[in-house]
Amino acid sequence: MPQILVEALAKTYRVAERAPGLTGALRGLVRRRWRPVHALADVSFSLEAGELLAFIGPNGAGKSTTVKILSGILRPTSGRVEVDGLVPYEDRVRHVARIGVVFGQRSQLWWDLPVIDGFDLLADIYRVGPERYRRRRDELVAMLRLEPLLDQPVRQLSLGQRMRAEFAAALLHDPTILFLDEPTIGLDAPSKLAVRDFVRQLNREQGVTVLLTTHDMHDVEALAERVIVIGQGRLLTDGPFESLRTSVLAERRLHIDFAGPAPALEMPGVTVRARSERSLELAFDPAEIPVAKLIAAVAAQHAVEDIHVDEPAIEEVIARFYDLHDAGEA
Amino acid sequence: MNALALYGRYVATSLRAQAQYPAATLMLTAGHFAATAIEILGVFALFDRFGPVGGWSFGEAAVFYALVNIMFSIADLLSRGFEAFGTDFVRTGAFDRVLLRPRAAALQLAGYEVRLSRLGRLLQASVVLILASSLVPITWDAAAVATAVWAVAGGVALFAGILVLQATLAFWTIDSLEIMNVLTYGGVQAAQYPLNVYAAWFRRVLTFGLPLACVAYYPVLAILKRPDPLGAPDWFLPLAPIAGFAFLALSFVAWRAGMARYASTGS
Repeated sequence: MPQILVEALAKTYRVAERAPGLTGALRGLVRRRWRPVHALADVSFSLEAGELLAFIGPNGAGKSTTVKILSGILRPTSGRVEVDGLVPYEDRVRHVARIGVVFGQRSQLWWDLPVIDGFDLLADIYRVGPERYRRRRDELVAMLRLEPLLDQPVRQLSLGQRMRAEFAAALLHDPTILFLDEPTIGLDAPSKLAVRDFVRQLNREQGVTVLLTTHDMHDVEALAERVIVIGQGRLLTDGPFESLRTSVLAERRLHIDFAGPAPALEMPGVTVRARSERSLELAFDPAEIPVAKLIAAVAAQHAVEDIHVDEPAIEEVIARFYDLHDAGEA
Repeated sequence: MNALALYGRYVATSLRAQAQYPAATLMLTAGHFAATAIEILGVFALFDRFGPVGGWSFGEAAVFYALVNIMFSIADLLSRGFEAFGTDFVRTGAFDRVLLRPRAAALQLAGYEVRLSRLGRLLQASVVLILASSLVPITWDAAAVATAVWAVAGGVALFAGILVLQATLAFWTIDSLEIMNVLTYGGVQAAQYPLNVYAAWFRRVLTFGLPLACVAYYPVLAILKRPDPLGAPDWFLPLAPIAGFAFLALSFVAWRAGMARYASTGS
C-alpha cells in the first residue's frame, strides 16, 4: 500500500469573465459570465514511504493545486486521494497533524516573535509533549545550525536564515511526509545548497517522504530520483530524470579549442551549434556516433588544444520537453 | 493542550508581539480613549440642550452607552482575526497556513491578535459606567452585577457574531467589507440609546434581526429596575441577552458554509 495515492484527480475552477475597462468591470458586477478552467484534468500517481519526488512543470501547470489538495486545503472536483489512509480534505485536522509543509513564498512563523517562541507555540498547536518537543527541537536546531538565531525576531532574519527556521518549524511534530513548494526560491547559492543537503539528509537518514515542487532544475538534479512533469493539468511523464533526458534530448555536446583557426567541419550526424575564431561546439547523438570515434576523427584532421564533452543543461532538457508537449505557460 | 489553553497561549503571544512596539501601542490606546470620550461628550451635550429624551435622563442613557461600549470593545479586542480576515488572510493566502495547522480555523483566527489599543475604549466606557452609577440610583446588588455581566457576555457574543459574519462574507468577496461596519459601529451607535426612542420598525430590527436591544436595552431595564415602557414582561428582561449567543451560533453556521466554499475554490 503506497503512502500517497492519487487517482484520476481533477480540479476545475470557475473564473469570472470580464470585459476590459471600467465599463466591463461594472457590467461584471451585475451579470457575470463564468468560464471553467481545468487546473487538473486527470492526474494519477502513487508514492511509497521514503521516496523523494520532484513535481515540475511550467507556471499554471497545476503543481500548486496538487499540493493544496494533498495537504487538505482544497477539495478536488473529482478523483480520489489517500494519504496514509486518510482523505486529506475530508479529515483535515487529523491529516495536517501528520504532514509538514514548507512554502518558499510564505512564512509559517510569527513575524514579530523570536524564533524560539514560535517553535514553542507550534509545539502546543501540534500537541507535541514537552519531552519529545525538547528532543526534536534540539535535533533540528543542531542540523540547521539555528542556535544563534533562536532569540531573534523572525522579521530580522535574512531569507536564507528564515528558510532554515521554516524547515525546523515544519518538522517539530515529526511528520512522516514533507511537502515543499518551491523551497529554494530567491535563496543565494550557499543557502540553496544548505536546503538541498538538509532535505537529502531528512529523506535518506530519517526516511521522511518528500514531495517537492520547484522551478530550479538544480534542485531536481541534486535531490530527486523520480520526477513527475505536469503540464496543463495532465501528467506528462513520471520516472527517473535520466530516462526523461534520453527520451527528449539525448544529444551530447563536444567543445573543441583548436591550435589554429576553427575549421569548417562537416560530418554526417554532427551539427555545429556555435563557432568562434578558434573553437567549435558540436552537437551529436552518441547512439549514432560514439564519443571516442568523433574525437579521434576530429583530432586526426586538426590540431586540437583542448576538448571536452558535456550534456545539455537540465533547463534545456525541460524546456525542450515542454515544447514537445506543447505545455508552455497557458 | 486543549483549545482554551491554546487560546490563552495565542493571547499571550499576541501581547508579547505588541510589546515589541510599546510606544505605538500606548499611543493607539490613548487615541482610542480620547476618540470615544468625545462621543459621550456629544451625548451629554444633546441631553444638556434638550433635556430628557424619551423619558430617559442623561445618567440613564450613559448606562446604556457604557454597557454597549464595554461589550463592543471586548469583542473588538478579541475578534481582530475575523475583522481583518479578508484582507489579511484570504487575499494574501495566509488562510492556507491556518488550514495547515491541526486546529479549528476559528480558534486560530480568534487568537490571531488581541489588540491592546482597544483597551482605550473599554477604559473609557468603564469610567462612564462609574460616573453614570453616581448620577442615577443603581443599587449594584448581586442580581444587578450578575445581569450586567451576563448582558456583557451576550453582547460580546453578538458583536463577535457580526465580525464572524463579516469574515464569512470575505469567502465570497475576498476583501473585508467595510460595509459591515454599518452593523458594528452603527450598531454601537444605535444601541447606546434606549430602544423606545426609535420607530417601531427599527425597534423590531434591533430585537429580532440584529438583537442589540436584547443585550443592551432589556437587561439595562432590569439593572435600573424599571419596567419596559414598551411593555415587554419583567421576566424577559434579564433573559434577553441569550439572543447574542444565538446570533453567534448562527454566524458560525454561515462560517462553516464559507469554509466549505473555500475548500472548493481555494481563493
